[in-house]
Amino acid sequence: MAVDRLRCRECGTEVPAGPVYVCEACLGPLETAYDFDALRRLPLRARIEAGPKSIWRYADLLPVPYDPVVDLSPGFTPLVAARRLGEALGLRHLYVKNDSVNPTWSFKDRSVSIGTAAARRFGYDVLACASTGNLAHSVAAHAARAGMRACVFVHAGIERAKVLAAAVYGATVVEVDGDYDDVNRLCAQIGDEHRWAFLNVNMRPYYSEGGKTLAYEVAEQLGWRAPDAVVVPVASGNLLVKIHTGFRELAELGLIAAPKTRVHGAQAEGCNPVAAAFKDGTDRVRPVRANTIAHSLAIGTPADGRYALAAVRSTGGRIEAVTDEEIVEGIELLAHTEGIFTEPAGGVTVAVLRKLVRSGAIDPEHTTVAYVTGMGLKAQEAVAGRLPETVRIKPTLRAFEGAVLAPAS
Amino acid sequence: MATVRIPTPMRRYTNGERIVTVAAGTLAAAIQELDGRYPGLGERLVDSGGQLHPFVNVFVNDEDVRLLQGLATPLDDRAEVAIIPAMAGG
Repeated sequence: MAVDRLRCRECGTEVPAGPVYVCEACLGPLETAYDFDALRRLPLRARIEAGPKSIWRYADLLPVPYDPVVDLSPGFTPLVAARRLGEALGLRHLYVKNDSVNPTWSFKDRSVSIGTAAARRFGYDVLACASTGNLAHSVAAHAARAGMRACVFVHAGIERAKVLAAAVYGATVVEVDGDYDDVNRLCAQIGDEHRWAFLNVNMRPYYSEGGKTLAYEVAEQLGWRAPDAVVVPVASGNLLVKIHTGFRELAELGLIAAPKTRVHGAQAEGCNPVAAAFKDGTDRVRPVRANTIAHSLAIGTPADGRYALAAVRSTGGRIEAVTDEEIVEGIELLAHTEGIFTEPAGGVTVAVLRKLVRSGAIDPEHTTVAYVTGMGLKAQEAVAGRLPETVRIKPTLRAFEGAVLAPAS
Repeated sequence: MATVRIPTPMRRYTNGERIVTVAAGTLAAAIQELDGRYPGLGERLVDSGGQLHPFVNVFVNDEDVRLLQGLATPLDDRAEVAIIPAMAGG
């Protein structure tokens, strides 16, 4: 159901829904404001279950109307019962929400689908973004689908596959000589001067609602109930906040029972501003300079850090950080046990999951969902140097028996 | 004179001006000077405890002041200050 109002997260001021993202009264972030009374009058569950196998089955709960021109059919990704990973970690009811299988192989497609629909609705011609890679890829693909121009901004040195992935759809890829935070600042400034739709800046109130679908789907796939625990990777903190809010809103709408979900956050030690604030018991997040292989989580100034801390604390969760070595082990563990190849952000999630189980923060009997947000092939650098060489043999049976069979037996 | 770039949502305080100038000194002094000239602008940046609002970022010469000296960050005559609502992340 398209929203007609936006509301300020800080001061509550409401404005008509439009291409604005900052409250003029206090400079706080604007969020979409749904009419819950109207929504409660609808047969929501029936409408959802009759919907397409994509995020748009939740169209009633999304802030702009479905727009077939921009639709790449993102979402409704598998909720994998991770039996072998669960065994390895000591969890009896572990699930992996595998968002690596989206149209551009990351969870960004959810948000970009909505943000692009919003951009078209507000008459923009150019899609843009500040990205660590996945967002740029998704924006480029959606722009191509919608016949719009795209200009994506990344920081110098991101994985080459992510650059290629954005360029192949025809987008202009701008590689900025700085880190992600520099790119983000620049894009905010550009957006202030030029009428471009920056998905994660001026389209943000609409774009960020995509994260909620990761809660909606998990609840639906678990049979209309919330899990006992979730582990969510934290870059800006926005995804974690939206997942937490998503479960709560489903309950407010009467679709599930009140959630008791513990929301845990996962960061890399090389960029851990929110984890550090959690550990210090404060809500003031101090910016850091990112230095980690988990490039997609390398946001040194996470704007939603405070809100993520509040969500985690209010649910009795924790935010943990892991080393680059642990991240790679997490990628390998997931690949070896479940056949899912994730990028470092997913490795962070698995490694933190392991840490939380070991510290007793996750009950082995609890239904736990780990969010895997992107795929490994776009971030090969993380594992490339660690894999065994191929077995080279001549095309003879003897060669096979000597080189493959014998060592393996 | 240091220059300060005003983001769109704050231009109502500066009569639509996108760029304003302030005397060199510190960021704190610059904000005070601007608040004197454009009443109410100071409150948009700094809370009652004298700290920058967490959802507002300020950059001096493209560096986040929270990674410099915060409100005590010095501004010389060629400093460029940018005020940007905190929208980091994607």
